[in-house]
Amino acid sequence: MTAVARRRRAATPRARAGAPAGLAVPAALAVAFLAVPLAGLLVRTPWRGIGPELASPRVLEALRLSLVCSLGAVAISVVLGVPLAFLLARVEFPGRNLVRALTTLPMVLPPVVGGVALLLAFGRRGLAGRWLDQVFGITLPFTTAGAILAEAFVAMPFLVITCEAGLRAMDRRYEDAAATLGAGRWRTFARVTLPLVAPSLGAGIALCWARALGEFGATITFAGNLPGVTQTMPLAVYLALETDLEAAIALSLVLLAISLAVLVALRDRWFPAA
Amino acid sequence: MLRSRTRLAAVLAAAALLLAACGGDGDSGGSSAATAPSELKVFAAASLTGAFTELGRQYAAANGGDKVTFNFAGSQALATQIRQGAPADVFASADLANMDKVKDLVATPQNFASNRLAIVVEQGNPKGVKGLADLADPGLKVVLAAPDVPAGKYAAEALGKADVTVRPVSQEDNVKAVVTKVSLGEADAGIVYVTDVTAGGSKVEGVDIPDDQNVTATYPVATVKAAKDQAGAEAFLDLVLSAEGQQVLKKYGFLPPPTT
Repeated sequence: MTAVARRRRAATPRARAGAPAGLAVPAALAVAFLAVPLAGLLVRTPWRGIGPELASPRVLEALRLSLVCSLGAVAISVVLGVPLAFLLARVEFPGRNLVRALTTLPMVLPPVVGGVALLLAFGRRGLAGRWLDQVFGITLPFTTAGAILAEAFVAMPFLVITCEAGLRAMDRRYEDAAATLGAGRWRTFARVTLPLVAPSLGAGIALCWARALGEFGATITFAGNLPGVTQTMPLAVYLALETDLEAAIALSLVLLAISLAVLVALRDRWFPAA
Repeated sequence: MLRSRTRLAAVLAAAALLLAACGGDGDSGGSSAATAPSELKVFAAASLTGAFTELGRQYAAANGGDKVTFNFAGSQALATQIRQGAPADVFASADLANMDKVKDLVATPQNFASNRLAIVVEQGNPKGVKGLADLADPGLKVVLAAPDVPAGKYAAEALGKADVTVRPVSQEDNVKAVVTKVSLGEADAGIVYVTDVTAGGSKVEGVDIPDDQNVTATYPVATVKAAKDQAGAEAFLDLVLSAEGQQVLKKYGFLPPPTT
């Protein structure tokens, strides 16, 4: 939004009207409710000891692993999720609504349940896992690949629905024009659709990555917990909390900083008028 | 209109993200949510799950239906929760070290039981595990409790005595999770308490660890000084230490506390 437009909006009488007290009070409570836990984290942070704490091998290991796993999960989500989003947005096929519901299910499913389901599917005795084990000798639980799988399972829907919404909102006349000019379907997708949907794709990737980075329940259930292999940052926070509160706070702070960075990066997209 | 729909979708997605993040933090204290004053809150080591649940029923029967709410988790997690002000009336730990961590917050602890370690394997012992030395085989998927969990610490002690180095595929947050991974067939073996093998049911079986390599886990119990229901806490403690309570613990495979 341009500066002119912003000024114009501020000048309307609607924007000047104050909020009724009946809304202002609960709204203020909501802000306090959301802000106090963050303040709690910051107040209890041992700022002096935080440098060495963050540089400890345990933290660096967990951080490295978290980056590897979350980026791996994003890669899987992009490769599989973007085509799925395209199909959901553009192609009429029987059972489309069912597929969409299935796609979004991991967003509302408790992650621990997701982890159990993954075990029963891709575990050594699972539906698909048994076959993977017997034919290829691949077992996923307790491996970094398993942690990536758990994160992708939980995070991919965020990319799919954001990308699908972008595709639906897109002005399709550009695609039509490309087709009229003789571009094939694939070329139209790669050269017209994809660039036009890039902002939504970017937002979807950011959300997907943030969700993957914060994944806990499915990871610890499916992939277990071993430093350097499957112990990502959230698992490290949880386990540190049980024995070493200060380390847990330091680790939490890193995750908080990353979350804030994602928010800041997306602020123009989510709060363009603010 | 179309743009605002995209934005709405993004905001919805963000909301779901937060929701999911909340759901994911696996709080083990979920069972202690009720607030009725007559509800006794007992924080107990995960390995006590079976025995204490039965003791809770006995307590309820003897006290006019007063309920006992249990928070079963790794003792290290419980000790931290109590340190952070969780509303516990009684704390039963699987080791002395974690009881010691909260010693200023509890009355004098009393040892009420002891436990031994065993190797847990799948029913039928398909990998033919005979003892701790077999766990060093890199082809064997071994799961242990994390080093901060009492069962993990005891397991490390036993492996040290046997002079065996094990590279576990996972370090679980409590001893019950070790049994679960073995009973699901994901892990080939784990080191747990003898009582967990019994509680693990028909999907698992135990392999004995000889006395010279085994470790005795001592279980202390104490009332919490800040307990809301002090009388109830003491009554529960008495029940645990009574002949009746000891009988229940024995039924679940626990041994009497060490005499020294």
